[in-house]
Amino acid sequence: MDTGHTAWLLTSSALVLFMTPGLALFYGGMVRGRNVLAMLMKNYVAMGVVTITWIVIGYSLAFSGDAGGLGLIGDLEFFALGELGFGTEIGLDDGEGYPDSVFLIFQLMFAIITPALISGAIAERMKFTSWVVFIAIWSIVVYAPMAHWVWGGGFIGATEGTEIPGVGAIDFAGGLVVHINAGAAALALVLVLGPRLGWRREIIRPHSLPLTVLGAGILWFGWFGFNAGSALAADGAAANAFLTTQIAAGVAAVAWVLSEQIMHGRPTTLGFASGIVAGLVAITPAAGFVSPLWAAVIGAAAGVICFAALQIKFRFNFDDSLDVVAVHMVGGIVGALLLGLFAEAAIGGVDGAFFGAAGQFLRQVISIVIAVAFSFIATYIIAIIIDRTMGLRVSQDEELRGLDITLHEEQGYVLTE
Amino acid sequence: MKMIIAYINPFRLNDIRDALREAGVSGLSASNIQGFGRQAGHTETYRGAEYEVEFLPKVRIEVLVDDSLAPTVISTIEETARTGSIGDGKIAVLPLEDVVRIRTGERGVDAL
Repeated sequence: MDTGHTAWLLTSSALVLFMTPGLALFYGGMVRGRNVLAMLMKNYVAMGVVTITWIVIGYSLAFSGDAGGLGLIGDLEFFALGELGFGTEIGLDDGEGYPDSVFLIFQLMFAIITPALISGAIAERMKFTSWVVFIAIWSIVVYAPMAHWVWGGGFIGATEGTEIPGVGAIDFAGGLVVHINAGAAALALVLVLGPRLGWRREIIRPHSLPLTVLGAGILWFGWFGFNAGSALAADGAAANAFLTTQIAAGVAAVAWVLSEQIMHGRPTTLGFASGIVAGLVAITPAAGFVSPLWAAVIGAAAGVICFAALQIKFRFNFDDSLDVVAVHMVGGIVGALLLGLFAEAAIGGVDGAFFGAAGQFLRQVISIVIAVAFSFIATYIIAIIIDRTMGLRVSQDEELRGLDITLHEEQGYVLTE
Repeated sequence: MKMIIAYINPFRLNDIRDALREAGVSGLSASNIQGFGRQAGHTETYRGAEYEVEFLPKVRIEVLVDDSLAPTVISTIEETARTGSIGDGKIAVLPLEDVVRIRTGERGVDAL
């Protein structure tokens, strides 16, 4: 066992878990004050529910071998940890330099934050019970297969070894699995759910941007575990991923507020916070495959393109309340595509189109199309089923009175003791 | 007795408090409010979505004074709150029927 690798992956796991509370604050500040607790809860509950679904079956479907050799889904070898065992065996080195349990924990934190990302789109109107059922199903039916396809030996990540021709796309830390997946799912869920009452007619302002800015800072901090941890080693690749992450986030935030300055005449704190997240999203698939220079280009592109993408929801009239599509789906696509151009074998072992391998760009395009289509269609079906059975939305009265008091019988802010 | 209500710019509150204390006022209460007058609202932009915000943050102060002190209080607030730009606020003066100091039960001018 390599104690350095193990120590870094354990640390990274804790960093990635901390992103979910950060995300909760990031989103919580952007809703109206009467819905702040409901927003926080929709994020926090993922830390409970997905821990259960992941331990019981999600991890097995994503990372235990391959059922039928088709590259579509894992088998049930690790069902309820199965062969990994709840005993001491899980602490043994499997030859990677760290114990299986460490990989399980690290991947669990990714499985938690991905459905939590979707919650920003459904803010201020979705039932809590339906949300819990949704993320439990989604983490097993959508997230686990996608993780298997890209990272678990499935057909998107593989170039050979599966019955289905492998796509051979690369995704360092979750551009496809986490961000494009969550963004496409958010779009599908919002289309079934419908817009908030008063959307486009009333003022729906963020109630506490300080919470949002703090949340963005926590996300940035945690993202070093997300990206540099995805090297799965404490080595030069991790260091490169750490550096590219920092550069992309910083450049994207500056690019976003510059865009605001030019378009609206004022740089905003919400814009800077959003730019941070857009840059982090875009560098996620590329962090271990590109050099710092190209990371800056990816960050700049993410800042400008995601800022422009905010207008999509107004153009097509869907209430993606906190811009999950514009930041995560669009940001993920920007990163996954540019990765196909800027990847450099000297950095991460794979060349992109700028370094002589034009085919890699095509592989990235195919992988994006598959990820968007699968996530959108599967999520749409899940959403329709839940809507027809238990209902996705709160009542009109509950929505107007606020979800904190009607769903949780609590208030985020009380004026007097 | 008079009740004097003034709607002022929040950043003038401290100066007004000091000026009124100097003029002999023994107490006042202030609250944060939102309102609009001739100044109207302004535009805020959140992630590219523009909102016309029609209410502005203001402070409302209430002072209870004896008739003899009222003209001084009114002119003090007027002079201290004035910046000369639109949105400086308004002062309202109301006749005050009675006042009770809860602790002692004193009434009228004695309770001021």
